[in-house]
Order: sequence, then structure tokens, then C-alpha cells
Amino acid sequence: MQLRTEPFVLNIGPVHPSTHGVFRMRATLDGEVVVDLEPVFGYLHRGIEKLAEERTYSGVIPLTDRLDYVASITNNLAYVLAVEKLAGITVPERAEYIRVITSEMQRIAAHLVSVGSFLNDAGAYFTPFLYMYRERENIVDLFDMLCGQRLLYSYMRIGGVSQDLPDEFLPALRKFIPHMRSRINEYDWLLKENEILLARAKGVGILPRETAISIGASGPVLRGCGVKWDLRKADPYSIYDRFEFDIPTGIQGDCYDRYRVRVEEMRQSLRILEQAVEQIPAGEIRGDVPQLVRPPAGEAYAHVEGPTGEVGFHVVSDGSIAPYRCHIRAPSLMNLTALKDMIVGWKVQDLILIFGSFAITMGEVDR
Amino acid sequence: MMVVPNITADAFRHFAPVASDWPGNEWWHWLVFTVIIIVFILVMVIIFIYLERRIIAWFAARIGPNRTGPFGVFQNIAAALKLLLKEGVNPTNADILIFWLAPIVVFAPVIAVFAVVPFQDGALLKDLNIGILFVIAISSISTIGVFMAGWSSGNKYSMLGAMRMIAAVVSYEIPVVLALAGVVMLAGSLSLNDIVVAQERVPFILLQPLGFLLLFVGGCAEINRSPFDLMEADSELVAGFHTEYSGIKWAMFFLGEFGEMVVMATLIATLFLGGWQGPGLPPWLWLLIKIFIVDFVMIWTRATLPRVRIDQLMALAWKFMFPLALVNLIVTAIQVLAWPDALPLYVIPINWVITVMLVLLGSKLFKLGWGRVEV
Amino acid sequence: MTTSLLTTEVAKQINEHLPGAVVETTDAAILVNGNSLLDVADFFKNTAGLDFDYLTTITAVDYYQYFEVIYLFVSMEHNHSLVVKARCSRENPSLPSLVSLWRSADHQEREIYDLMGITFEGHPNMKRIVLWPEFQGHPLRKDYL
Repeated sequence: MQLRTEPFVLNIGPVHPSTHGVFRMRATLDGEVVVDLEPVFGYLHRGIEKLAEERTYSGVIPLTDRLDYVASITNNLAYVLAVEKLAGITVPERAEYIRVITSEMQRIAAHLVSVGSFLNDAGAYFTPFLYMYRERENIVDLFDMLCGQRLLYSYMRIGGVSQDLPDEFLPALRKFIPHMRSRINEYDWLLKENEILLARAKGVGILPRETAISIGASGPVLRGCGVKWDLRKADPYSIYDRFEFDIPTGIQGDCYDRYRVRVEEMRQSLRILEQAVEQIPAGEIRGDVPQLVRPPAGEAYAHVEGPTGEVGFHVVSDGSIAPYRCHIRAPSLMNLTALKDMIVGWKVQDLILIFGSFAITMGEVDR
Repeated sequence: MMVVPNITADAFRHFAPVASDWPGNEWWHWLVFTVIIIVFILVMVIIFIYLERRIIAWFAARIGPNRTGPFGVFQNIAAALKLLLKEGVNPTNADILIFWLAPIVVFAPVIAVFAVVPFQDGALLKDLNIGILFVIAISSISTIGVFMAGWSSGNKYSMLGAMRMIAAVVSYEIPVVLALAGVVMLAGSLSLNDIVVAQERVPFILLQPLGFLLLFVGGCAEINRSPFDLMEADSELVAGFHTEYSGIKWAMFFLGEFGEMVVMATLIATLFLGGWQGPGLPPWLWLLIKIFIVDFVMIWTRATLPRVRIDQLMALAWKFMFPLALVNLIVTAIQVLAWPDALPLYVIPINWVITVMLVLLGSKLFKLGWGRVEV
Repeated sequence: MTTSLLTTEVAKQINEHLPGAVVETTDAAILVNGNSLLDVADFFKNTAGLDFDYLTTITAVDYYQYFEVIYLFVSMEHNHSLVVKARCSRENPSLPSLVSLWRSADHQEREIYDLMGITFEGHPNMKRIVLWPEFQGHPLRKDYL
């Protein structure tokens, strides 16, 4: 017997606990099954690209914090790299090391948030989320020590970083690395083989390899599909060519793979941190850069491997003290291109899970 | 020398035998027990909510409510007062009459179930000879209330939650009832009091481990406890069927929900853990201790497990629990026929081996189907 | 390290294949004719040795007289990159869409349409993306105040 059903439209968001901000999805459902989906963006659009045109080059740095606000250091870094490339500024070695250390700390912090909220979307009632936040708190305390900020650091400067490491920072970081490693092992022990998590996430929301490349996906979403593409290896910026680390990849590109890639990346970040802490030299933390940077007319694109993917800044200069144009390549926005293909045919619960596995930040999607 | 009577134990012991001799026949007994049951449920719900919050906080590496009164024990009383004083909002699209009735329909059966639960030998409102049947029939009424709430709210999230609830309860009722049937066979009676008396030698959890598992899992699904809480999944349906409720109506749902938890914990404690039976302590205290143990395990699962999907929920009921419940029923029936008087103690290891084998076999054969649908 | 291809050599290849498509070649970028942009992109994607499978970013810049749209192509196979530019006039801001070749152009072209007002011909869903549909004007233009 075939029952007649009637599709209906369910508005998920913009205010919904699992949309990671103010994202909205117009889902057409047939019972529990999603038959159509239309993502609606723009609820957090602040016009950062336009605002950047009105400010001096260093004045843009605080704006970049507000893109992916769970990973502001990597946004800072991408922007200052673009300006340095444009103006031909070299960075002292100690500053490069500090940049790597903070970026990797930031990556761990952001991945902790991503994994925690992914498991929360899977329905584990806040326990994993709060465990991850407990660990993130350690990193945030380190950042607090470093620059007095806990979320929006604005720590990078054109030609270096804003202030040197305090004396107690490196010992604290050395203590943190083994602690974090044992915590990751503990969480893996609790979650990796969890029967319900496997049933929910394995094989769900598959992003085929070809589609992933075509949509310009990057970060854990791309690597979850088995593509070994990490800008730290593919196009080493800063001093990433000096460190030894692996690129973890997934197998089939489902939610579980994306989750695993994030966890493994945290391990690799710890490896980088370990090496950087050993190698960091003494010296200057900022090159000889004027207060008002006036890069020559021209343009430059610089990108870094952020926690969500390739964060890029395309800065066009006309020789004045403000960028003529500052375009931001937002990885979250690109990753969401194939959202509909991945979700159609799955159920409402999978919709939340698949969307959660992208770990987007609305600040970056809407800008 | 003054003799201090054991007031609590005596009071409970004398209610049932004495009551019918009092003037007004059984009416005194009924009145007193009705009051006791209502007070019992309300107090238990408040304790359960308090425990839930504190224990989940403990699991999740935080502190939980600890400001109102010593260790935050008055937090829920404050919350209840707040809810009483809150404005009740009626959504524009709501079907007002049903919208108002739904919380009552959810909450009333929870109280009614306790009419047949014994707190001690004979200390209960009415020792019905169809006790278990009564419990199953009455507790299912709550589902109608949930559906009324979901339908009348005029909200698609509520509707989805209510539909999931109906599907889950209809499916899980079958393995749960079959699991209960095994207990009934062993005890030879439907009366809850007789079942407890029959557990004087061994609690039925030892004789019926599979039945206990089925009742626990099925019970968790029926009262939408995690990992089966997808009817009110906070991360997906934003509280499901009671999204649109506020104030006292919402409080009724909350009471109903935790009341169902009390019912389920009491039922498991009564049927499988030996109810009020136990050495040393007064019987009603034993019952309470067992209820809290079951409650703790339920909170534990909620704090640790992610949520299953709706088709996985259905598959678990129909492909896994239903066949196992049938096998359990047949095995129990054979055992009861083979040893008509009382089961010998060596049945216990036999049943445990059967349970372990069946669960392993069932999980080997258990296949989840159709995750994705072509559209 | 991602190597930037020599623009002159690539321009020569394009000229052999599509005469008249290249307008100007600088050290950093190749400026192509707006009308033949789609053909050039197709050439980039499907030519052995180039194999640009990854469209990293699209940027539009308002130069008062004209708009310049900047494409950054990357080949994951060979790990090389190339910057291509195309121009369109202010009076008739329109360029061919690359969605049929790289789906990553989807959201980016919509965003450029929304904020800069350049229409991409052949885009399946040319609607505003971050601003609401009734919004007047295109804020990233230099004359928008």
C-alpha cells in the first residue's frame, strides 16, 4: 500500500540551537525526509570588506578577528601576510615562530569547538561539548597571558606580532602539550567507537572527492574526502616548511571522516607546537615597520590553512594608507556550496548532523 | 521509660488492614492514599529534577545549581514558583481548547498509575488483580496528550516531535509488554503486590535478565529519555511537542515527563528489583533506594550517549527487541511449565547465558537499513 | 610550494588555441577578453599540463571606469597557480559565469553580483546572497555612499 504524503516547508533558523549562529535553511520535508533545501545567508552581514576600505592597513586587523571568531589568530595571520607580501616587509624569525605557535594553538581551540558542537548536534547532551570547552579554556588562558584577550585577539601586526611572549608562557605551553595529548586520547577512547555515533555519522552526508574539489572545499571538509591538500604543506607560508607533521585524511568523506580528521589534526598541531617550542629563538618580534603602512600600488593574495579551510585575503593597494579593496576568501561559504546535494534524501536529524560536521562560523560566511 | 514508636513504618503498616474497619469503610483509605500518592509524585519529581541537574552537571564537568539553599536544593522550588507566575502564551495558530487540555492529559495518567504500586506489603491505594494491565493501559494515555500538544500548537517542529513520539511509543509498547509478560508468568499474578511478594527469594532481574534489559531500554524510549529522546531533541526540534508551551502549562509537561520517569523507575524497581523487599531497612526506604538507582542509570545514559535516528529507533524496536522479547517469553514459558512450583536456583545461570547469547546473536544479525532515500 | 605559472607562456598557449582571447599579459596576471572568458576557463580546466581543477577565489574590484574580476586558479595535481583577470564596463557589467566548470564559483559570483553589481551570464541562481532582495544599490562599488 502506498500512502499519499504531502511535502511541507520547515524553516530551520535563523534562530535555532544547531545552526551555529544565524544561518537559515528552508527545508522542504516529506515526512522526515528532506526533499529540498535552500540555504539563506546574510543575517550576520556587516560589510567587513567595505569597512576595510575606510581604515588604515593596521586598522583592518581587528575587523579580521570578527570573521571566524572561533579562530581569530589565523584570520589575523592571513591578512598580515597579504599586506606584508604587498609591501615587501620581512618578519623577524622569533615573530614567525610565535605566529606558528599561536596559529596551532588556535587550530586546536577551534577544532575543539567544532568537535564539541558536532557531538552536541548528534545529541550527546552537552557532555562532550563541555569537556571540549574545558580543554579550550586552557588554550584561552594561554592567549589571555599572551595578549590579554580571550576571543578576539588582534595579536598579529604587520611585520610581526604585537607583544613578546611573557616569561611564564612557554613553561605553561610545555605543560599543556602532554596534558592535551592525554585528553585527546581519553576522548577518543570514549567516542571513537561509540556505537550510536558510528550509526549516526558513518556513511552519512557523503561528499564525493570530485565534488569537493569542484566546490572549492578546503580544510577538514576537503581532507575528509581523502584529498591530501593542506596549505601548510602544499604552499608553506610563514615557516611551516621547518616542521614535521602529517596530513590526516578521511576515506569516503562522510560526517565521521570529517570528525576524525579534526581530531587527528589536533594531534598534528601538538606535534608542531612541540617542535616550535624547542626551536624558538630569541630576538626581535617586529620588523622595522612604520605606523602607517603605505604599500606600493598593486595587489597581493595570501592564504593560510585555517581551522575551517583556506582563509585568503586579496588586498589591492592604490598607494594610500587604506586598502583600495580587501576581499576575503571565506572557506565556510565555499564549503557550504554542496550543502543541498549532501542533505537531500536524508532525514531532519541527519540535516542537523551534516550541517554540524562542516563546523561553519556565521561571522565568516556572511562577513 | 518512654517507648519511641517507629512512626513511619507503623503508619504505613496499619493503613491497609485497618482502613476497611474505620467508619466510612474504605473511603479514609482512599483519601489518605490519594494524598500520599500526589505528594509522593510531586516530591519525587522535584528530587528527580534536582538529581538530574546535579548528576548531569557532575558528568559534564561542571557544578550545576548550587546557589538556592544548601547545595541548591531549593532551585526547583524557585523554578516552580517562577513558572506558576509566568504568563501563559497562546500561539496565534493554536487550537486553544486542545492546547489547554494536552498538559492535563499528559500529567493525569502519571498519578493514576501509582494507584497500584505497593509501597509495602499491602500498602497501596488499590490492589487490583489486573495491576500490570492497568499500568500499561493508563500510562499509554499520556501519548495522546503529547499528540494533542503537537497538533494543537500549530507548529511544525511540535508536529514532527509528536509524530515521532507516537511512532516510538506504538513500537516500543510491544517489546515492553512482552517483557512484562515474562514477569507475570513467573509470579503467576498481574497484581503488582503479588509480584513483589513472589520476589521474596530472588529478585526477578536474576531470573529474567533479558526481560529487564528490554523493559529498561523500551521504557527509556517510551518516556523519551536519551538516547531515544528524539521526540524533544533540543538540538534538532527545539523541545519538540512542547515548543510552544510556557508557564504553568509547560510546567505540567515537565511534571508529566519526570512523573513518567518516576513511574518507569518504580515499575522497574517493583517488577525486577524486588520492590519493597530487602533486609534491614524499612520496606518503603528499600523501594525508594531502588527507584533512585534506576534513576541514576537513566541519567547516566543521558549524559553519555548521542541520540539515535528515527529509523534506527524503529529498527531497534522491530528488528532487535521484538524477536528477543518473543524468545524470552517462550523460554520463560517452558521454564515455568517444567518447574511448576518454584524455579530452582540453577535456572539463573542458564537464563544469563541465554541472555548473553541472544543479545550477541541479535546484534550480529541486526542491520540498519535505508539511511538515505532517493528523492 | 605552489608555483605561479609564467604568464607569458600560458598566454602563448591560449593564443594558439583561442586567438584574440588574451588582451594583455603582465608578470602577475593574464587579462582576458570578457567574451572569451568561458572558453579560456574551459581550456584551463581541460588541457593536459594545466589541469586547473580548483578555482580558489574570485574577487571584483571597482576601478571607476571599469570593473575588474580576478580569478585565482590552482591545480591540485601539479600544485601550480595562475591569476586571470577580466574586465567589464560600468554601463553593462556582465561576464560569463564559470559555475558550469567549477561549482565554487556559485556563491562567489552571487556575492559579487550582490555587492558589486556584476551580472554573470549563465549562473543558475543569480540572486542576492547576503543582502535582502529588495535592497537598492551595490555597496562595494566605490560610488556607493
